Amino acid sequence: MAQSTDALIGLYRAMCLTRAFDAKAIALQRTGRLGTFASSLGQEAVSVGVAAAMRPEDVLLPSFRDHGAMLWRGVDMAESLLYWGGDERGSDFAGPRQDFPVSVPVGTHAPHAAGVALAFKLRREPRVAVCLFGDGATSKGDVAEALNIAGVWRLPAVFVVCNNRWAISTPVERQTAAETLARKADAAGMPGERIDGNDVELVVETAARALARARDGQGPSLIEALTYRMGDHTTADDARRYRDDAEVSRQWAQDPIARTRRRLVDLGAWGKAQEEGMLAEHAAAIERAVERYAATPAQPPVTLFDYTYANLPAELAEQRAAFRPEDA
Amino acid sequence: MAAVTMVQAINMALARAMAEDPQVVVLGEDVGRDGGVFRATEGLLDRFGADRVFDTPLAEAAIAGVAVGLAAQGFRPVAEIQFSGFIYPALDQMISHAARMRNRTRGRLTCPMVLRAPNGGGIRAAELHSESPEALFAHVPGLRVALPSSPERAYRLLLAAIRDPDPVVFLEPTRLYRAGSEDVADDGKAAPLDRAFVLRPGEDLTLVAWGGVVPMALAAAERLAEEGISAEVVDMAWLKPLDTATLIESVARTGRCVIAQEAARSGGVGAEIAARLAERVLDRLAAPIERVAAYDAVLPYPRLEAHCLPSETRLLAAARRAMGRA
Ligand SMILES: Cc1ncc(C[n+]2csc(CCOP(=O)(O)OP(=O)(O)O)c2C)c(N)n1
Ligand SMILES: [Mg+2]
Repeated sequence: MAQSTDALIGLYRAMCLTRAFDAKAIALQRTGRLGTFASSLGQEAVSVGVAAAMRPEDVLLPSFRDHGAMLWRGVDMAESLLYWGGDERGSDFAGPRQDFPVSVPVGTHAPHAAGVALAFKLRREPRVAVCLFGDGATSKGDVAEALNIAGVWRLPAVFVVCNNRWAISTPVERQTAAETLARKADAAGMPGERIDGNDVELVVETAARALARARDGQGPSLIEALTYRMGDHTTADDARRYRDDAEVSRQWAQDPIARTRRRLVDLGAWGKAQEEGMLAEHAAAIERAVERYAATPAQPPVTLFDYTYANLPAELAEQRAAFRPEDA
Repeated sequence: MAAVTMVQAINMALARAMAEDPQVVVLGEDVGRDGGVFRATEGLLDRFGADRVFDTPLAEAAIAGVAVGLAAQGFRPVAEIQFSGFIYPALDQMISHAARMRNRTRGRLTCPMVLRAPNGGGIRAAELHSESPEALFAHVPGLRVALPSSPERAYRLLLAAIRDPDPVVFLEPTRLYRAGSEDVADDGKAAPLDRAFVLRPGEDLTLVAWGGVVPMALAAAERLAEEGISAEVVDMAWLKPLDTATLIESVARTGRCVIAQEAARSGGVGAEIAARLAERVLDRLAAPIERVAAYDAVLPYPRLEAHCLPSETRLLAAARRAMGRA
């Protein structure tokens, strides 16, 4: 099932926006206006493609590198910047209210996806929990436990491994002796499929099939989407310490964005004018988001107490009362 | 009204909570058909059905993690860990997610879940079936930690824990599960949140305890009364947050405090209690604060266990020291 040209243009634009947003975030970090940031350069097709296969009422449980999916789902770029800029309100996004915030402890959100999917199943709602995590995460017990429980209970969940070949400096070959990560599905009694994660149409199509299956009560799936982390692990990392530039250069031949653009050009659906128009549009949208981010009034320091519990317990109320912002 | 054991009272509270709130679900290892290895969930599967009570695979991180996911979706999961000695894989979920979800989403997603587990020694059980890891949880902002010490308090504290909109770790003293029974009205009344119980008023000395050693503190108070010492017994019940007000009020009045803690001594909740008293009522103390706790040794197997855990003898000795009657 190929995407319609319009749909493909939508995917292409979303991937380009993700990449431009990513570049902007790195620039903001380099100039001291953002905290540590995890770039998704090169793997946009996985994140965007998976989100594009979802319905609004499904729930996304993203890794920390899934800006593409989160923006597609309606998280505002200014909210994402707020999160990476060190402000909790960035995860109180206005868009997909039931989607999870990014998971920082690697793979620990996989059991949450099973819980969310169980909630859907109990309420007999035709909704699906979609969980994205990295190749490194597949070594974790939480992921194995989550896959197993989702399999036993035939939960409406889709687990997507974004295999970008690296977990900081650890290549996937040092992560597992399994032939593919998709095979981890066998042990959980669910279908597992490895696909080219740089082919956005294939990602959408595969994810859509897994989602339909889950929605239809046929249980969970695992998708391994092969891609490549083109950038450093985060802005705090220097990948040259552990991998060859030559390897990275070779990978540019697989760039999902260039591939999609070529396909659109071949279809006669895209040209220089559209490209330039889109880039200008994205640059302007990102500029506006940065302005909104920069103009967001700071949280009053005393609010640090206010979301630990629904109601302030006495001991915390006491600490709050004695708190003086000027002491920091 | 019938006399019930603590484990029956817990069962009663679970059934009550499930009957009044369809969002309450129960999950854990062997909690369904088997009714839990201690029978705390007995009859719930038959009464509420397989959509409310789930046997999970043997996977503690997933039990807690699935509960986080359910809770974020508006359910009120009560998850059982079979023994607190096997709760450690669930710590990550409780600390990294359950305790933080409200804060990190500014209230958009929350975690109204309860993680129950049998806790503590005195039951001559196998290795890792007798530990008291409550301090690990009591250290974590965003969690509540409760330990009952009688059937009635178990019933009311568990209802409070289930109704609380934040995550609660509920540790049930295994040694008290069937230690005795008392009349408990199944009236749905919850204990107040974060509040200690003054179980016995007294004037000369405050005995502070929680969980499995509360009956020991009450027995010690009885003995002390025979010696002409009037001991007040405070059951903390909630270890996070701590009811400082009740503690301060009592110790400011009695001027003496002995803390009975079943867990290992160092870094335990008793240390936090002693610190708060030192901060607030040092000038009212007539004697140093005493802690009677398990020694800082790996908890022995059943043959030596009683030598490590606090005993009434040690408690009485500490109380007499505090009274200057050593
Ligand atoms: C449980 C845990 N261990 C270690 C880290 C530090 N860390 C952050 S990302 C990362 C690598 C993750 O690799 P992978 O799962 O492949 O995701 P990717 O970074 O490639 O997106 C590590 C080790 C962490 N955040 N969580
Ligand atoms: Mg990776």
